[in-house]
Amino acid sequence: MSQTSRRSFLKLTGGTLGAAMLPFLKAIPAQAAAGETLVVVSGQTINSLDLHRTGTNRASYQVAVNCYDRLVSFGTKPAPGGGLSYDYSVIEPELAESWTISDDGLIMTFKIKPDATFWDGRKVTAADVKWSFDRAVSVGGFPSVQMKAGGLLRPEQFEAVDDETFVIYLDRPSKLTLPDLAVPVPFIINAEVAKANVTEDDPWAMEYLHTTPAGSGAYKIARWDQGQQLVYERNDAWVGGPLPAYERVILREVPSPATRRALIEKGDVQMSFNIPNKDASELDGMADVDVYSTPIDNCINCLNPNFNFEPFQDANVRKALAYAIPYEAIFQTAAYGRGAPMWGGEAEITDTAWPRKSPYMTDMAKAKEHMAASGYATGFEVPLSISLGLADWMEPTALLLQESFAEIGIKAEIEKIPGANWRTAALVEKRLPLHLENFGGWLNTPDYYFFWAYKHGHLFNSSNYLNEEIEKLVDDTLHIPMDDPAYAPNVKRMFEIAFEDLPRIPLWQPALNVAMNGASGYEFWFHRQLDIRPLVPTSS
Amino acid sequence: MNARLKMILGRVAQAIPVIAGVVVISFLLTRALPGDPAAYFAGPAADEASIAEIREALGLDKPLIEQFFFYLGDLSRGDLGTALSTGQPVIADLAGRLPASLELTLFALTLSCAIAIPLGVLAATRPGTWIDHLFRVLVTAGVSMPTFFTGIVLIYVFYYLLGIAPSPLGRLDFLFLSPPHVTGFYLIDAAIDRDFETWLGALKQLILPAATLALFTLAPIARMTRAAMLQALSSDFIRTARAAGLGRRKVLYGYAFRNALLPVITTLGMVFSFTLGANVLVEKVFAWPGIGSYAVEALVVSDYAAVQGFVLAMALLFVLLNLIIDIAYALIDPRIGLN
Repeated sequence: MSQTSRRSFLKLTGGTLGAAMLPFLKAIPAQAAAGETLVVVSGQTINSLDLHRTGTNRASYQVAVNCYDRLVSFGTKPAPGGGLSYDYSVIEPELAESWTISDDGLIMTFKIKPDATFWDGRKVTAADVKWSFDRAVSVGGFPSVQMKAGGLLRPEQFEAVDDETFVIYLDRPSKLTLPDLAVPVPFIINAEVAKANVTEDDPWAMEYLHTTPAGSGAYKIARWDQGQQLVYERNDAWVGGPLPAYERVILREVPSPATRRALIEKGDVQMSFNIPNKDASELDGMADVDVYSTPIDNCINCLNPNFNFEPFQDANVRKALAYAIPYEAIFQTAAYGRGAPMWGGEAEITDTAWPRKSPYMTDMAKAKEHMAASGYATGFEVPLSISLGLADWMEPTALLLQESFAEIGIKAEIEKIPGANWRTAALVEKRLPLHLENFGGWLNTPDYYFFWAYKHGHLFNSSNYLNEEIEKLVDDTLHIPMDDPAYAPNVKRMFEIAFEDLPRIPLWQPALNVAMNGASGYEFWFHRQLDIRPLVPTSS
Repeated sequence: MNARLKMILGRVAQAIPVIAGVVVISFLLTRALPGDPAAYFAGPAADEASIAEIREALGLDKPLIEQFFFYLGDLSRGDLGTALSTGQPVIADLAGRLPASLELTLFALTLSCAIAIPLGVLAATRPGTWIDHLFRVLVTAGVSMPTFFTGIVLIYVFYYLLGIAPSPLGRLDFLFLSPPHVTGFYLIDAAIDRDFETWLGALKQLILPAATLALFTLAPIARMTRAAMLQALSSDFIRTARAAGLGRRKVLYGYAFRNALLPVITTLGMVFSFTLGANVLVEKVFAWPGIGSYAVEALVVSDYAAVQGFVLAMALLFVLLNLIIDIAYALIDPRIGLN
């Protein structure tokens, strides 16, 4: 896309406005105010237009969201902290017009919207859906892992019955399958265009779709200058939802948070995506700027004591840690009060709400009691590891923890690990005795969180925690519907064990912060990327 | 003329072992970086199997020596590999970003020289006067303020408060499209395209980051000019020239300044190479898509191909720079030119 010639781009954009050269003259700020162009700044860089490609980073997922359709999408609800949020409990049609699930829950039949077309005008068929799903389960890496979470493993599970009927065969019924079709991964590609660009080494057209998306989504890519900007252009024939308000959206990469802040305060850009907590709390007071801080669903910043480290095998030591944490000070210093507190909750668990507050709070007397009762009353030394890639919240948190732990005789040396090394050390080798961690699950059920973070050997169980009852509870609960009679008791039992055993000590639920000046309609998504489709200009 | 050509060829020949060394060292150093690129790029939810798949796809499962020969093979075909962090071929990244950095650095150094050299000469000819003191204040201030700080202050004053600078959004505001690629220098490309609007837009974007860099590079150049001028002015040949009754202008510019230029050129070369690699912070503050931030980002995620490509490009650039400085010496210094 970076090769798009200047002239063809002008033609493309000029045409929609009816005045050939107009958009690139001095007149544009006035037009932007009138609501044709939205300018967004973000500190993240986009490194591919194809989510399935190896090495595609998180920021690039937004292309899958905005330029491609899925069969289904999530509904919308008001978000805590203002604005809107996706609604996990409501599944809405996107490319599928309707769907039925067999009584045994093993066969899902989707009817594709008859008027849905790709950007090149060709009708979207079930064969395209099949090709795209085959690709997602075959390419390996993150896309295949995510598909697996919904029970989608092999191409044989997908069948295109006729042009408008697509069937999925499941090995077992699961409540996670339908929501897993609404995450960014199973997006629908124009298979004819892609197949025309496959090579022997590249049967899934990874190289082609990397720079040239071919979809049916609400926006097309008009231009991609890696490291600088991404220009979206509206697809007026979109049938996946209501037509977006903005004709063009320009996403600029501005690495410096200070510069981004100046731009949004001045109103030269309408949106600054994913701003630091500090800026969010300071911009919140300004009249022109709207700040949305949405606590991230199914995500908790935790302190993890590793069961490989001998003192942490002692339950009293883990509880001493939980009582010695200066929760409020950390929440105010590291998060500037953005997000939701995860401490000082009720001791008795009466519902399945998640993330939930732990029953622990700062109580140095109790912490000392637990230390004295443990086999390590004289204290010990332990490295407290943080990732340099996440230093913005980990560093202040670690400093405050270090200070508090010293009071109960635990001498914590802060160890800073480079971002590239962090994953290997913390999650793969699971060798960090005491560390901070921030796993968040896309599929928003507590058992899904427990599956990744509490089951032995699973990636985010970086504490090497093993509890036979948890293993069984998660296996029993993961696929049953949320209205199954066993669901609520199982989940409550998981919470009880988790708070008693404390392999992860919850600190707070982090927030995704967004500032807007001249636009509104922002909707939070679990994938934490910008969905530009619902955005509208603010009439001023 | 022949001797000069010989000298240039000799210099180029000397560069060959340097480049070979750089290729080997950059390869080994990137492998010594902490971190596992396969695990990093497999993404947050990847399992062992998918990490192994990626390691294989990247060729990182092969022995080091085999990887090195693959790298040499690719290099001989002019293929620097693909940068995982940007998803682009390294050669395309460098082609896009090196001109951006060069344009900024050259513009900043021109600005810096235009102020620093006359200032240094003035201070040297009037030591101890108020001009000399002003010079000291300026030089100390320039060198003691970190570039990201100067950059943010300039943005705050000229963009945020006064509103006379354009949005600090990189090389061009979003109203403009980059001019057709010829040299990669927007000012030159826009001029070739006779697109005055874009040329002016690019110039406006350039002024604040260039001023930031210029303030920082002012000090070494000005100080070196002053010191070299003072030394030249107190040397025997100047006394002789003065005694012979030559005019003040002739003595100052014809003899003293020309001799003082030699150390200034050396300093300039050092400042240039230093600035090109080290203006990461300026690039970040002004969203400038330059080579410095590219290298740092690549380094953070252990992106081997990108780091190697960067090191190699910088090595070539340094060889070229040294050559230019040597030639400049020959042109300025009559003693070298005649041999």
